[in-house]
Amino acid sequence: MIGKIFNALKPHFEEGGRMRAAWPIYDALLTFFYRLPRPTTGGAHIRDAYDLKRMMMTVVIALVPCAFFGMYNLGHQHFLSQGLTPEFLPSMIEGLKVLAPLYAVTYAVGLSIELAFAIVRKHEMSEGFFVTGMLIPLIMPPTIPLWQLALATAFAVVLGKEVFGGTGMNIFNPALVARAFIFFAYPKSLSGHDVWTLTSGAPVDAFTMATPLAVAHEAAAGAMGHLADKGYGLWKLFIGLHPGCIGETSEAAILLGASILIATGVGSWRIIFSVFAGGAAAVFLFNALAPSPASIMALPLQYHLTMGSFAFGAVFMATDPVSAASTNGGKYVYGFCIGVLIILVRVLNPAYEEGTMLAILCMNVFAPLIDYTSLRIHMRRRRFRAKAG
Amino acid sequence: MAFDKKILLEPVSEANPITIQILGICSALAVTSRLKTAVVMGVSVIVVVALSNVVISLIRERIPSKVRIIIEMTVIATLVILVDQFLKAYAFQLSKQLSVFVGLIITNCIVLGRLEAFAMSNPPLPSFLDGVGNGVGYALVLAVVGFFRELLGSGSLWGHRIIPEPFYLAGYADNGLMVLAPGAFIILSLIIWLQRTMTGYRED
Repeated sequence: MIGKIFNALKPHFEEGGRMRAAWPIYDALLTFFYRLPRPTTGGAHIRDAYDLKRMMMTVVIALVPCAFFGMYNLGHQHFLSQGLTPEFLPSMIEGLKVLAPLYAVTYAVGLSIELAFAIVRKHEMSEGFFVTGMLIPLIMPPTIPLWQLALATAFAVVLGKEVFGGTGMNIFNPALVARAFIFFAYPKSLSGHDVWTLTSGAPVDAFTMATPLAVAHEAAAGAMGHLADKGYGLWKLFIGLHPGCIGETSEAAILLGASILIATGVGSWRIIFSVFAGGAAAVFLFNALAPSPASIMALPLQYHLTMGSFAFGAVFMATDPVSAASTNGGKYVYGFCIGVLIILVRVLNPAYEEGTMLAILCMNVFAPLIDYTSLRIHMRRRRFRAKAG
Repeated sequence: MAFDKKILLEPVSEANPITIQILGICSALAVTSRLKTAVVMGVSVIVVVALSNVVISLIRERIPSKVRIIIEMTVIATLVILVDQFLKAYAFQLSKQLSVFVGLIITNCIVLGRLEAFAMSNPPLPSFLDGVGNGVGYALVLAVVGFFRELLGSGSLWGHRIIPEPFYLAGYADNGLMVLAPGAFIILSLIIWLQRTMTGYRED
């Protein structure tokens, strides 16, 4: 049935048809329902009917737990801040009321820019924005103004991706470019204690607005004890019912997403593993060097991994196959450096509480260099082995 | 040589020193967070390029080629100091805002580049036109960058508030990125992108 509609409409969209300019829309919808009608040109190496679209959809599915948990947590924190008991259903509805406009704006802006570029450059619309658009609202605070979100999305799609040639050509992770834009252009929307919870009116006294990382930073007498005072136990941090960016708070939901990514082979376990390894190495080093147990340097590993966006960044951001290193050896180095940098920024930079975004963007720049070096080392080893044998 | 319009107009668009030749980027980043400083800087560069072009063109046949760079630098430096003193005398506040960047016109590659490429082998009048053309091409880009950076970054133009107070109350905020140097890079690259898309210019 759907096939008939598409066949009947096809002439209008082909070269010379009335709606030639709208071909990318037709193509995108067609491939959404059916597989590609065009044969592959050039050499084909088929392992599976596995294409970009399926890969992207896997990431989107892996993000669903984070999105739903984020939605619930949003409402949960909202009611807590008002001194009310958060019930499950009202919390979900409250969260949906915030998250739905965020997603609507992100996809509307992002897809229309992608469409405009596809029309001007006469290529198909790519699926790249599905994942980027899914990620962007999850790494924003719930109070982000919609117009800033729209600007950031436009910035990310145009300057983070399209200038480099579109999906697959970008140097930086586009979702992180969007966040970096807001971080530098509108720092008030991404810092302080007030932006992480959706409130209506002043919050009740008993409610902590600060994120766990902020709490750990302001601690004068032992970060751990201070965290416990504010009600941030390790288990609570892991489950994620605390203020923060929408999708990053729950390590439990992230773990679920990570298992989907690793099981399907979409996300590189090498990168995820080495980000954690790098983070652990840096934390152990700082623990050993800490001048007193009260300093943030003495904060143990399990807290670092469950606070802020460490886990979210490691699982969903660092593994972006386009901007990450792509050689197997390179992935270990790339991930390890990200882990180390995140902890470095957290512990040593008093101005920024969180370093995940900057660490990943920084290593995005070095990914091609890491790949180049990794290939050179591999080639030299092969040559050496050939001589020896 | 007769008055040649091409010498004057080409560097403003097709051979623009900033957008096509990518020269003088450093000062284009440093002084463009406000429109006023950007314009004053642009005018200073016009004066320096045009006059040094004329001076060098007048004495071009007497300059030994071995020491020409030193002589060119001397001429540029003299003119830059004149401009700097003039600004200090008549626009002290502005000159303080521009700080070292007026002095650094000496190192602006556009100035020395025009002397080497044009004034050394052309008579005074065309050299003057070439200098004005290149200076205007530079000043124009600076003014555009300064316009957007001040409007978006501070909500004002030429020091006057443009974006009305109700906007801020309604939730609008100035774009902090535009005040930082990366903001200038982004605006500049967008201008370059726009120009090259329209003219079809490609680097070899």
